[in-house]
Order: sequence, then structure tokens, then C-alpha cells
Amino acid sequence: MSAPRRNPVLAPNRATIPPARRSRVATEMSAWAAAGVFALQTCGECEAVQYPPRDVCRNCLSPRLRWRPADGAGALLATTRLHYPYELYFRERAPWRTGIVRLAAGVSVTAFLHPDLGEAPAPAFVTARLDRAGQAALIALPDETANFEVTPMREFTASPKGRKILVTDAASPAGIAMVKAMCAAGAATVWAGRAEPWGVVPGYEEAIAHPAVTVLPLDVTDGDSVTSLAGRIGGRTDIVVNTATYHRPGRALGAMGVESARAEMETTYFGLLRLARAFGPALAARAAEGPNHAVAFVNLFSITALVASPAKATHSAAEAAAYAFAQGMRADMRASGLRVVNVFPGPVDEGWNQLDLPPKIAPDALARATVKALETGVEDVFPDPVARQWYARWRDDPAAFARELAEAGA
Amino acid sequence: MRRLGYEGVVVAAPVSVPYARFSTRTAHAFLGELLRTILARTGLAKARIDGLCVASFSLAPDSAVALTEHFGISARWVDHLPFGGASAILALHRAARAVQAGDAEIVACIAGDTNDPDAFRRSTAAFSRFGQDAAYPYGASGTNATVALLTDHYMRTYGVEAEDLGRICVAQRANAGPYPNALLRSAMTMEDYLASRPVAEPLRLFDCVMPCAGAEGFIVTTRETAEREGLPYANLLAVMERHNAYPDDPIQMRGGWAEGRDDLYAQAGMTPAAIDFAELYDDYPVVVAMQLEDLGFCDKGEAKAFLRAHDLTTAGSFPVNTCGGQLSAGQAGAAGGFLGIVEAVRQLTDTAEGAAVPKADIGLVTGFGMINYDRGLTAGAAILAR
Ligand SMILES: [Zn+2]
Repeated sequence: MSAPRRNPVLAPNRATIPPARRSRVATEMSAWAAAGVFALQTCGECEAVQYPPRDVCRNCLSPRLRWRPADGAGALLATTRLHYPYELYFRERAPWRTGIVRLAAGVSVTAFLHPDLGEAPAPAFVTARLDRAGQAALIALPDETANFEVTPMREFTASPKGRKILVTDAASPAGIAMVKAMCAAGAATVWAGRAEPWGVVPGYEEAIAHPAVTVLPLDVTDGDSVTSLAGRIGGRTDIVVNTATYHRPGRALGAMGVESARAEMETTYFGLLRLARAFGPALAARAAEGPNHAVAFVNLFSITALVASPAKATHSAAEAAAYAFAQGMRADMRASGLRVVNVFPGPVDEGWNQLDLPPKIAPDALARATVKALETGVEDVFPDPVARQWYARWRDDPAAFARELAEAGA
Repeated sequence: MRRLGYEGVVVAAPVSVPYARFSTRTAHAFLGELLRTILARTGLAKARIDGLCVASFSLAPDSAVALTEHFGISARWVDHLPFGGASAILALHRAARAVQAGDAEIVACIAGDTNDPDAFRRSTAAFSRFGQDAAYPYGASGTNATVALLTDHYMRTYGVEAEDLGRICVAQRANAGPYPNALLRSAMTMEDYLASRPVAEPLRLFDCVMPCAGAEGFIVTTRETAEREGLPYANLLAVMERHNAYPDDPIQMRGGWAEGRDDLYAQAGMTPAAIDFAELYDDYPVVVAMQLEDLGFCDKGEAKAFLRAHDLTTAGSFPVNTCGGQLSAGQAGAAGGFLGIVEAVRQLTDTAEGAAVPKADIGLVTGFGMINYDRGLTAGAAILAR
């Protein structure tokens, strides 16, 4: 199925985004929502829950307010349907239904309403999703399992369904899993990038046999290869899933020369840079084209992008470089409402991690977690127990966690 | 502790500067025209104004002090009140105490705003931090979305029909008919009201004020000075203000008036039955309905019955917003909240520019504002008499 071609006589539909301005403390709520968590501030002294986000407790004036995952259960008190919002983003999609939900925690929140949620009074379940400005938006649902593949809930997702997706390295274990998962999630087209058309990779033939899949040559270490492919499919791509990475276990002082480390940088960091510059502008230009507009750029990183593993010092360095670059990408893509989704797994269960102790995440589970992140609009993905534990310790105290890892030597 | 009364404090020189839907003139220009008109009508020399109280949304980057320079006034008392629809009552409150204490003899309370087509969006986006973080990102445009939610909840809770709130809008439109400064003067029937397009359900177009440019103002001084200068005046009997009342109510069903009304009527030495007419802050009809309850004209939830039993037109059994209020005159930014005091003083000094209330001896005026996030934070009221 191919989307109807855009009428060339009409002006292209420029992407608009909802209001992005927030106070500093409200931005922290968005950081939680980016990782898929609806968090509210709770007072460290009197336990009072706060909303909207504030700097001191509304009850005891304590400055010790801490973000904690919130219980979304509440009661819908009132609803409205907004026909003439001022902001272009809202006006283009009007009418919008919003409501006030009283949470069991004792605060009232204004929220968007899921279309299946009726009029007040009614029980409701509030969740936090990222809007297209990348900020937390509260959404009231009839229950936790509500379907987001409906208007306007799909605005809060980057769902692969019906979209055309490039998986940059489809021949790696993670790439194969990603191709299969995107097909299973209803992608209209999956372009499977293949750098070296020789050799047999187990599972690859089966993955590309799906009718939605087309194999295309792509070597992210070769600038001409990247720009050539972007010229061919850049104007049609809705999601880029960058699975191209290169890593060899290598301690900081463990080898002579820089060849292996340079190769890691060439794929993991420069590869991403080439892809971003070749595909980014085309994605941004199509971020409002029809219901299956361009929506996301997915980076398959490693948790070592956040904090280095001494056993994989050069790999961690390349991951950190790529992650730093992705933060810049996020800023530049925000204006068009594109998401930069960063996936940070712990050790993946594949050849180059053979000597890592379990638990290791299977490539299929990693791909499923990536699809779920797109479907739920999450931007920071920690798909397995190791990743989640590292992330929690890193959030808690990054300096202390780095020293801890150095001392453990792992 | 018993509050000091306002014996000897009066309000005079009510002036409305004609409204315009949009204007290329600045707030400074509107406020300047207002002050010039006040001086012309009173015959006071500019140098006699020794107190200045200003409310405006579009004066940035200037403040009341900057206006003393712009207007060439050497004031010994100033105040600047960025408090939306409550600014007028707050201005009256502060000016009255300043005059009573002798800190100023003649305080000009002036409010004015310009309006350009995008001004409202811009001022809404940055109105408050909580609004910016928790209301504006949800498509709120101005206060419509928040008040639509309050209205939905109020109507549902008390079984209020659209026609009940419509009575307020229809009566006020009738009151605007003879008032030349109202932007919406053509007759409106209940059918017209009900047929107006939905804006933020359950709010219709005619439930919402029309933003415009304009200015409103008055002076606060002593009875002694007013009489010496030959100025018609109204006596100030009582004032109340209350901010962030009932923060634990899950959704707003009452304003700070409910908390302050006993004190208000005690200060004036009267009951609600003594009020001849009311200029009730009317950004939306539900706010008028809530005030009828909160200010003691009926019990909570009974505004519906009150509205069915009373005629709110100027000649009616309970005249409300006697020159059409903001719903028909237009809302000239911060001046919108001043219209009530200006109109009340006109009625009490027999200088109505529209229809006169047949018996206008005691008037109630209110203010409401600061919808920061999900409710109006500030409520105020004053009682004025001949
Ligand atoms: Zn506290």
C-alpha cells in the first residue's frame, strides 16, 4: 500500500508543535515522561503530593520535593471540547477534548481526554505521554489499556503502524529482530539496509522474506552510500531505526594501536552523524504530511553511553559520543515535532557479548521494547533489568556510580 | 479585630473611554485619554492628582511609576495592580485606605489596554507559571477552557440548563441597548443565544466576552474634597477581597466572596436585601451565577431558581450589569474589571450613559480574576451608596 502522492501545486504542510515553554521544574516532569513514567512531586517532609509542579510544598513550604511515580487513578470531574484554540498546532487538530481529573493523591489535573472516556462524572486513569513538543502531557483514559491508535491519541505516539521505516543495519542480530518487529507492528514498508551483501547471517533470510521488506545497500561508514540512499528514500522515510554499531571488547589499556577504536567511532558515531545529516532535514520537512507523517529517529545505543564500562572502554567512548550527538539531534528536531528515541539496553545476547554474564537481553526482546517505545511515545528506553538498574543508579548519583563501576573493574 | 470602616471616602469622576475591537493606539494613549477626560469633567488641575493606581496588561515595559513621568504627574502615592478582573476592587481598596490615611488626597484609579489581533494569545501564553506549565499546553485559549470546565461541572451538579445561564446574557444585552459605548448593542433573543456556535463546550460564543481596546477609570478622594470641588460622588461603605479561597475544593464551585461576604455586609451595616442593583464581574455567565450564591442572594445551587424568578434588566426586579457588562460592552483588558465601579458610580450619581436604574441608592460591585491554572484565585466586592 502506498500513500497518495502529495499534490505539488499545494503548499507543503509545515509542522507545528504545541507550546513548548515550561518552568524548569515542569521540565523534570517531562524527563520522567520521556522514560515512560507519570511522576508527581511529593513533599519529603509532609508527603503532600503537588500539582502543578512547584518549588516549595503547598502545605509545609518545604523545598524538599521529590519526583515519584504517581498513581493515575482518579475521578473525571468535568469535560469540555475546545473548538477554537489559539495555538496553530491545536487549531489544526481541533476540536480537542480536555477535562479535570481529581487524582486519589488529592490534586486536580487538567488533561487531554481519550475518545473512549465519556462525560463526567466517571472514573479515569491519568497517564503522562510526551506531546509533539517533547513535553509531558497528561492524558485521561478510561483504563490503563486504552488504545492510542486513534485520533488524536496517535499524536502522543510514534507508532510504526502504516509507516515506512529504514533499519540501517538489518544484518546484525538486533537489526534482524528490528526488521521482524517493525513488520509485526504493521509497518507499511521496511527498508533493510545491508552493508556487505555476502556471508550468511542466521535469521536474516527469513526476516527479509516478509512482503513489506526491501533490501537496500547502506554502509554508514561510507558518506556516498548514505547520501545515495537518502536521495532514493529520504523523501519517503517516516522512521529511521539506526541499528548500525560496531563494537569489540577492549579495555582502555588493553591493546596496541587505535584501529579497532577508530572503527567503532566510524560506525557508531560518524555513522549516526552521516545518517542524521542525510535523513534529518527530509524527515523534518515531512513531519506533518498526512496521518503517517515522518515521526522519529531511533538510536540503538547501549547503557554504556550513559556511564562507561571499564571492560568496554573504547566501545563506551563511541556510545557516549553518539549519545552526546543525539542530544543535539533532539534539540534540532524538536521544532518539527520529531522524536529522537534513544534505546539503552544492557548487554545484548549476541556474539560480541559472549563473555558478559547473564542477564542479557535477547535481540527480539530489544526490538519489541523499541516498538513499544514508539507506540507509547517514550523517548528514553531502558529495556532490560541491567539497563534499568544502571539507569536508576546513574540518575541517583552519576559521579558515584562511575567510581563504583571503575572499582568493580567490569 | 473589627475592621476600620470607610467613613468619608468617596468615589467620583467615573469615565469610560470608548472601546474599539482592535486598535493601533497603545495602552499609554488610552490611559492618557482617560486621565485627560477625568480632569476635563472634574475641572481639576493635573497637579491635584497626588495618587495614581494603574491596571493594564499591555503597558509593558512600563509601570505606574513610568506613567507618572509620561503624564507629568508628581504623585506621592502609586500602585500597579496586574491582577486582571480583580484589579478594580483592589485599586478601590488600596486607594480608599491611602485617602483615609491622608497619604494622598485625590487618587486616580485608571485601567486601560490596547488590543491587536494576536495580543490575547501572547498574554495568555505567559499569564502565569502554573498556567504555562499545566493549562496552556492543553489548548487553553485565554480563560475559556478553564471556565468551560467549571461551567460543565456547575451545570451538571445543580441541574442547570443552558437557558438558565442564557438569561444572564440576554438580559445584559438588553441593558447594553441604550448604552452607546457597548460594542454589542443589537437585540439578542434566547434563540439567538442558544444558536450561537460552541466555543469551548458547554460555552457558546455569547457566553464569552469580546476582547477589545479601551479604558475605564475613576477617582477616590474624601467627601470633603469632592464637595469642595463640586464633584458628584458615591460613598464607599464596604470592601472585601479574598485570594486563593478554598484551595482544597477539587474544582471551583465558589469564589472568595463566600468567605468574605459576612464581613462585607457587616461593614456596610446591611443585608443582601438592601442592594438595589449589582455590577457583577461577568467574564462568563457561570461566574455571575456563582456570585449570586456566594454573595448571599440565594443559597448554593439556587442561582438557577433565582434567575428564573428575577428580571436582570435595568428596570427589572434585580438589575445586574446595567450597561450590558463586559458580555455586551466588550472586555477592554484590565479596564473590563473597572467597568462595574464606573457604571455603579454613574448610577449612584444620576449620570448613567445608558438606562438609569429606577431606584439606585445602594449598589454592589464585584471583581474576579487571576485564573492561574484551574480556577479564579481572586474575588473582591464593594458596596457603594448615594
Ligand atoms: Zn510539605
